[in-house]
Amino acid sequence: MASITTTKVSETDLLIEEYGYDDHFHEHHDEDKFQSSFITTYIFSQDHKTIAKQFLITGMFWGVMGAMMSLVFRMQLGFPEESLMWLKPVLGKWITVADGVGTLAPEFYYALVTIHGTVIVFFVLTAGLSGTFSNLLIPLQVGARDMASPLLNMLSYWFFFLAGAIMFASLFLSTGPFSGGWTAYPPLSALPQASAGSGAGMTMWTVSLVFFVVSVLLGGINYVTTVLNLRTKGMTMWRLPLTIWAFFITAILGILSFPVLVSAFFLLVCDRALQTSFFLSEIFIGGQALEHVGGSPILYQHLFWFLGHPEVYIIILPAMGIVSEVLSVHSRKPIFGYRAMVYSILAIAFLSFIVWAHHMFMSGVNPFISNFFVIFTLIIAVPSAVKVFNWIATLYGGNIRFNAASLFGIGFVSMFISGGLTGIFLGNSAIDIQMHDTYFVVAHFHIVMGVAAFFGMFAGVYHWFPKMYARFMNETLGRIHFWGTLIGAYAVFWPMHYLGMAGVPRRYYSFDTFENFSHFANINKFITVAAVVVFALQVLFIINFFYSIWKGKKVTTRNPCGATTLEWTTPIEAGHGNWPGKIPAVQRWAYDYGKDGKDFIPQIVPLADGEKDNGDH
Amino acid sequence: MNATIYDNRPSTQTRNKIHPQKFALWIACASIVMMFIGFTSAFVVRRAAGNWLEFDLPNLFFWNAGLIVATSLVLHFSKVAFRNGDFSKYKSLLVAGSLMGIAFVVLQYEAWMEMTSNGIFLTGNPAGSFVYVISGVHAAHVLGGLVALTAALVHAFALKNFVTPQRIHRLDLTVTYWHFVGILWLYLIFFLVLNS
Repeated sequence: MASITTTKVSETDLLIEEYGYDDHFHEHHDEDKFQSSFITTYIFSQDHKTIAKQFLITGMFWGVMGAMMSLVFRMQLGFPEESLMWLKPVLGKWITVADGVGTLAPEFYYALVTIHGTVIVFFVLTAGLSGTFSNLLIPLQVGARDMASPLLNMLSYWFFFLAGAIMFASLFLSTGPFSGGWTAYPPLSALPQASAGSGAGMTMWTVSLVFFVVSVLLGGINYVTTVLNLRTKGMTMWRLPLTIWAFFITAILGILSFPVLVSAFFLLVCDRALQTSFFLSEIFIGGQALEHVGGSPILYQHLFWFLGHPEVYIIILPAMGIVSEVLSVHSRKPIFGYRAMVYSILAIAFLSFIVWAHHMFMSGVNPFISNFFVIFTLIIAVPSAVKVFNWIATLYGGNIRFNAASLFGIGFVSMFISGGLTGIFLGNSAIDIQMHDTYFVVAHFHIVMGVAAFFGMFAGVYHWFPKMYARFMNETLGRIHFWGTLIGAYAVFWPMHYLGMAGVPRRYYSFDTFENFSHFANINKFITVAAVVVFALQVLFIINFFYSIWKGKKVTTRNPCGATTLEWTTPIEAGHGNWPGKIPAVQRWAYDYGKDGKDFIPQIVPLADGEKDNGDH
Repeated sequence: MNATIYDNRPSTQTRNKIHPQKFALWIACASIVMMFIGFTSAFVVRRAAGNWLEFDLPNLFFWNAGLIVATSLVLHFSKVAFRNGDFSKYKSLLVAGSLMGIAFVVLQYEAWMEMTSNGIFLTGNPAGSFVYVISGVHAAHVLGGLVALTAALVHAFALKNFVTPQRIHRLDLTVTYWHFVGILWLYLIFFLVLNS
């Protein structure tokens, strides 16, 4: 049973009581159904707040896995001569020993690169980011008791868990996990005999990702339905916080693009198991001609990138929404250009569907068709620039509180600019001839959608941690985490631009046969050392996170950061149904900071006589 | 005070527009449509590349289009009968609709047999493979509809003869999904005719 934690009747409670909407929620005794035992409270929970924590912690597990994989292959790239015998207890036969010197097996290097990409893109930055914050914030910020379907929401998490379990199990196959790159291009993915990881490893990889798509779709259907159908009284679309706009559009992108990936996987599975030839044509393996005739591997690339490109916005849009909210709250100013922010989200989402072939400039696509994709790719710079301008304008002249949350928000803007500028290089098909498949690409996407998305996620974790666990994270450790990660991430990825411009190809296990790349050995050493340091700082974050869950400073006021949005009107430890009494009604937009001499005005406060709602036309 | 609160009931909370579950079903249908757009656009791109086997579609595909439309109609009238409290009509139409649904899947299989007897196999030229995959994945979605219909039949015969909003809503979801898979097959058959 949810209870009001303060005995003193606060102004917030009075406002909710007076203007709120009574949906008779607590008369139905829903709490008993949802939170009656340990299992229904913490494991098979249908409460969106618990599911959010499950997504976050599972995402953190995969984040650590993915990062550790990157450290292993960075060791290989930075210190190819060093013995990796010390990894033998963990990696076993994948460290081959000759004369007492342990070397990483090349096929496992490819497996590590593949699984690193897959789990960071899908499990951490899709499920861990949008799964966590959509679940936590959509019902709380639109003023709903829970998601439209709590059951499907729970299933969404458990399908994700199942996908993760299968992927994890594939790491222990004797033939190794899938090793053909996270994009799973045929023929390496279509022919079980093509490489060690193409057999059972690829089968498990596909099964895992199909379950993952099910999870994304169940979650996405819930997010969209909740935003459109369960908004509280007065919560018009133009009063939604930008977080909700971002999660809403992200969910639509997922619903429209992930099914196309399923089509591609389905055809791929037919090629693998039923001897069809959708993606395979005239192939020889070990001198033997295969029976597959008449397929086109480019077709797979089209289908894959029709998901793949929207996927990068599925990753970055939630981070953008979080950063917009965090920067506005902590600079004590309304977000600059609220509507422009919404329209730019919509524009980015629309454009994301018509630029997929810029991943395929070097795949033999007709150069005239490439021009079309170049133009639309470059147009994405316009809404992106609008957003960057608005974030900076929001900060400008603000009474900025430099805490861990807002620092990561500012860091996001920095990363997004740095990574976005290199996107303009790569979006040009002519320049891509030189840059394609070099470390320039690795630098670009790691900064713009890897590090930037992580920064958005960290900003969200630091900002909403009090809402999740009713305690604060340690602020000093948070700032060390920020500055170390900011400097460290640039130290890792900035030098890669130079490698890429010099033509150093990505995905190579070793450069010892290429004399012209040998003078980059020291840069590679530097990158690897920086990567180790950055990883250590993330361990610091994880320690801070788990320590704070149980030992952090307790939250004593309902709205510790002085934000306007509805999640801060719930009790400090909100039970199922979020509000103990009525659902609050919304009277104004979400960004009334520094208005009429007041520091902030919550959304539940009615407009004064003659006051104009800044969200309305 | 209380009166004003109730007067302020927000339309979004009273569910007087569209039931959230029905809305969620429409979104799910949209994502299924995207999967078939994936298949059919792959079909178009691959066909344009040449080396494409042209062949006649099995006649049963067209008969089945009529059958699935008829199934939709029968189920629709079953729903209407339930809403009107005409239980014998509701149950008999529901049984008839389910049998027609099963017949659709069986006849799709027969259509595949017709294709194999014409020398069009799953393996071989992708032109044939695509037709098998597209009709096969569609049939899988029809099977999902049959599972929902089975649940509806259990409700019809295991529950007492009561009309409740909850039961109308459930039946409505099932029938809506059937309309969807029917329209989907019409689109697919239209697409295949247009591209052969």
